[in-house]
Amino acid sequence: MSDEALIVLDKVNKWFGPLHVLDNVSLSVAKGEVVVVIGPSGSGKSTLCRSINRLEPINDGTITFDGQPLPAEGRPLARLRSEVGMVFQSFNLFAHKTILQNVMLGPVKVRKEKPAVVRDRAMSLLDRVGIGNQAEKYPAQLSGGQQQRVAIARALAMQPKAMLFDEPTSALDPEMVGEVLEVMTSLAKEGMTMVVVTHEMGFARHAANRVVFMADGQLVESAPPAEFFANPKSDRAKDFLSKILTH
Amino acid sequence: MDVFSDPLNRDVYITGFLWILKLTLAGGVGALVLGVVLAAMRVSPIPVLRGFGTAWVNIFRNTPLTLIIFFCYFGLFSTLGLSLADDIDLNNFWLGVIGVSVYTAAFVCEAIRSGINTVPPGQAEAARAIGMTFLQTLTIVILPQAGRAVIAPLGSILIALCKNTTIVGTIGLMESSSAMKQLINENGDNVIPIFLVFAGTFALVLIPTGYAFGWLANRLAVKR
Repeated sequence: MSDEALIVLDKVNKWFGPLHVLDNVSLSVAKGEVVVVIGPSGSGKSTLCRSINRLEPINDGTITFDGQPLPAEGRPLARLRSEVGMVFQSFNLFAHKTILQNVMLGPVKVRKEKPAVVRDRAMSLLDRVGIGNQAEKYPAQLSGGQQQRVAIARALAMQPKAMLFDEPTSALDPEMVGEVLEVMTSLAKEGMTMVVVTHEMGFARHAANRVVFMADGQLVESAPPAEFFANPKSDRAKDFLSKILTH
Repeated sequence: MDVFSDPLNRDVYITGFLWILKLTLAGGVGALVLGVVLAAMRVSPIPVLRGFGTAWVNIFRNTPLTLIIFFCYFGLFSTLGLSLADDIDLNNFWLGVIGVSVYTAAFVCEAIRSGINTVPPGQAEAARAIGMTFLQTLTIVILPQAGRAVIAPLGSILIALCKNTTIVGTIGLMESSSAMKQLINENGDNVIPIFLVFAGTFALVLIPTGYAFGWLANRLAVKR
């Protein structure tokens, strides 16, 4: 992890109608840093994650990625998105394409790389996430955990500078959560810059450099995991942790 | 049935259905291409294109095909001088193809648009997230899935299109319904058999067409 900031949010505001989903949020993520965002549902953590690649446009404030402010619509925005990997709660694999095609599509169509080269890279990524032997299957033939690992491989195939995870394990059966977290942990160890919205406190504890706690659209607390879980400072964080950690 | 044992009459019958076949193929391709482009316009982020697509659908879906075909002949050809071929039959054929295509494209557009609504929004988000442009997202991810979802309704539209092509007879092309009228005029004692042969030919071809599209729809359905 370096001191150089890769993702910088400065006084970001967003409203859904009268609802203030992001309330003056400022956050800086360094290169190689793993930031886990936690908080009660409706606290704006998913919106925060999605605003970083502008899947959710913001109303006010600035977001900078790798020194450049986020472009508005059009090709510059598409180029930025190609440098930021995103993993969704509902996987969103392209249902009409095979697993291998899913992983190859971005590099071939967006980056115009040679299919033969991409194929090798895609296969080694699929092997890495343990799906190499299912490359010719369609998404619907795979379990949720397998689909999510493919989704991670698809994002990695673009060789992104950062990865965004929007509740990647929330739609999974409990026994499949581990296999996805394992892939994410190894990514974190390799120095990938990651913003992870999750309810997996175990992952936050052992893989995060920093835990960010959000409530009611505000960024309430930001601290290394050991410190945050041992001594939450705000009442809201204490209340949240008491609810999830006592069971 | 001795009407059809006369080679001249048989020729009228065959020529009539060949025109129907050609009109259906050319009109079908035209309507499909146009319909897909219109559907793309209707979901595009550019208001002018959206407006154009909506206007097209509203105008052509709500005017009788007979009037559109008449306009192609009397408007485009007679008044504006748009001649598409030196041969009079071929000219009328292409005018008919234009009329049938612009009309049917409105229905194809709406079918495809309803297909687009069956594709979960997450598919487009994932496409945008890996850096695809709007056009790439549409052509690589959305339309292939939307198209598979509407194969059955597109089959119905094709069947309707095939029967609608008989209207091109009104501008002088000797397609099957005009052929039938001619045979009936010349063989007044055989009205029922002539009618049954023509109607039966349509049914014989179109019933399997409907089943084929149903089978294709099942086979190509996107599993989720």
